[in-house]
Amino acid sequence: MEQKDDIRLMKGNEAMAEAAIQAGMDAYFGYPITPQSEVLEYLTREMPNRNFLALQAESEVASINMVYGAAGAGARVMTSSSSPGWSLMQEGVSYIASAQLPCLLVNVNRGGPGLGTIQPSQGDYFQATKGGGHGDYRLLVLAPNSVQEMADFVFLGFELADKYRTPVLMLSDGAIGQMMERVIFHKREIKKIDKPWATTGKPKDRERNIITSLFIQPEKMEKVNLELMKKYEEIEKNEVRYEEIMTEDAEYIIVAYGLSARISHKVVILAREKGIKLGLLRPITLWPYPSEVLNKLADRVKGMFVVELNAGQMIEDVRLAVNGKIKVAHYGRMGGIIPSPEEVEEHFEKFIKTL
Amino acid sequence: MDNKELITPQCLVEGDETYDLVYEKSYVMTDTRLHYCPGCGHSTAHQILAEVIQELGIQENVVGIAPVGCSVFAYDYLHIDWQEAAHGRATAVATGVKRCLPDKYVFTYQGDGDLAAIGTGETIHCVNRGENIMIIFINNGVYGMTSGQMAPTSLEGMKTTTSPYGRNVHTMGYPIRVSELIAPLPGAFYVTRQSVHTPNAVRKTKKAITNGFEYQKLGKGTSFIEIISNCPSNWKMTPAQANQFIENEMLKYYPVGDIKVPSKEDLKDLVK
Repeated sequence: MEQKDDIRLMKGNEAMAEAAIQAGMDAYFGYPITPQSEVLEYLTREMPNRNFLALQAESEVASINMVYGAAGAGARVMTSSSSPGWSLMQEGVSYIASAQLPCLLVNVNRGGPGLGTIQPSQGDYFQATKGGGHGDYRLLVLAPNSVQEMADFVFLGFELADKYRTPVLMLSDGAIGQMMERVIFHKREIKKIDKPWATTGKPKDRERNIITSLFIQPEKMEKVNLELMKKYEEIEKNEVRYEEIMTEDAEYIIVAYGLSARISHKVVILAREKGIKLGLLRPITLWPYPSEVLNKLADRVKGMFVVELNAGQMIEDVRLAVNGKIKVAHYGRMGGIIPSPEEVEEHFEKFIKTL
Repeated sequence: MDNKELITPQCLVEGDETYDLVYEKSYVMTDTRLHYCPGCGHSTAHQILAEVIQELGIQENVVGIAPVGCSVFAYDYLHIDWQEAAHGRATAVATGVKRCLPDKYVFTYQGDGDLAAIGTGETIHCVNRGENIMIIFINNGVYGMTSGQMAPTSLEGMKTTTSPYGRNVHTMGYPIRVSELIAPLPGAFYVTRQSVHTPNAVRKTKKAITNGFEYQKLGKGTSFIEIISNCPSNWKMTPAQANQFIENEMLKYYPVGDIKVPSKEDLKDLVK
């Protein structure tokens, strides 16, 4: 008999946790922080009946280093946090990137800086896409805009992490993490690959494996840097993901990701009702960034409007992508405030009058 | 017979095996030249560790976690799988490894700055969870790698580059006795303080490290082995003076001996 898909009503954070179990996650290490504490709660509740480990660490600093150890031991491993906790993890993330350890990291973005608020924000875009920790490294960043995608990107994230031996970040926010939606768990085949580099105890017939980010001779360090850059080039070539909505005949484009993209989708509908040809470009990978498609769109649209829940961060990447061809403006709210589609549409109309 | 005669092979002819072998480097040690200063206790501790791994026959089942500090390159010297942790985080990394590979022998090797200053939180919580690993804690009362700054374990009055007039405990805090601090935690299974400044002390340390591996078979908690060591370079002493300083000063504040030992009942399942 054909098995039916598993359909549930869940919070984004819970869907992510369920997806991780279904994706064959071996271990999760985390620390409570609003608005993502449901992840650790869900996992510790499920742990007795299903085959994985969830451990509450004493801090985010410890969590990320447990992830380092487990990933180095060859496990499929994950952690999640929210902005202040994600900041604490940055040292460990830099080490993980350097040691080339595959793992899935999640930041359910809340308002900042500082302790900030517990409401949704996109204020961590720079931190997610431009570094965050020290040194030359990149994270592959996935930005879900629904509960369904929070689940789907867990499967995708683990696969990409293994494929490139690199940490993958899912950058969500407090709204997508907290809201409840229908989510479908498709029957999937879980792929796990061999990790001959893992520290599992040195058998007689192989050299010892060493997981390290210390390359004290400049020549060796640069070689590692070049190796990383080559990998990042490969990721840029293969893994750019985005969604286009009503861009075919568009005269204007909104660029927005995650929660902002959901609001902006409604803005597109409102504008179209008024006869304004507006389209939406939603980056799904924030790094690698869909620069090429934006650059091509810039040849045939009059202006781009970047909607973010921050003071204007992704707009820098949009401007780099269009390289001065057209005017690019930004609209954002901060502090955990979510603008209505009408509010955004009003500011969009003001913008197009300036063109 | 004097020492020189003892260590001189009687008959070292090619093909002739009939000579007195008094010492052989453990095959668990690599051929990489140790970067440690002459007389440093790290070299001794490394060799003990290698010998124990060889004698227990567990080379294929060990994962070591190296720290940041003088022993940051520990992974260059022992033929086993290693992970190099961020400063202070070795016990968190070890937790990640051991929880995913519960049948492997996992140990951390950390200095006093790494374990007792920046990594205090990780250390206490690792032991408090009773992680089934061995923590080897090298205490020489100074930051060696960064050239001699005050450590949390520096003795009262000790002159270092950041306590040039001597450690004033009223403004700089007291030297911390980590073994005594963690021993009361229920997760601590075996806590001992040893040293490496005399042949007898080396033998006792070797026994302690052997225990630290053996006890992992029981899964009853953390083994914590503090080793009082020296730092001739940063103490500005000859190796002989440094070992004398251990005997006369360090051991007064950090007395050697077992601080917490498993009961016979605890050890009854230990199959030799």
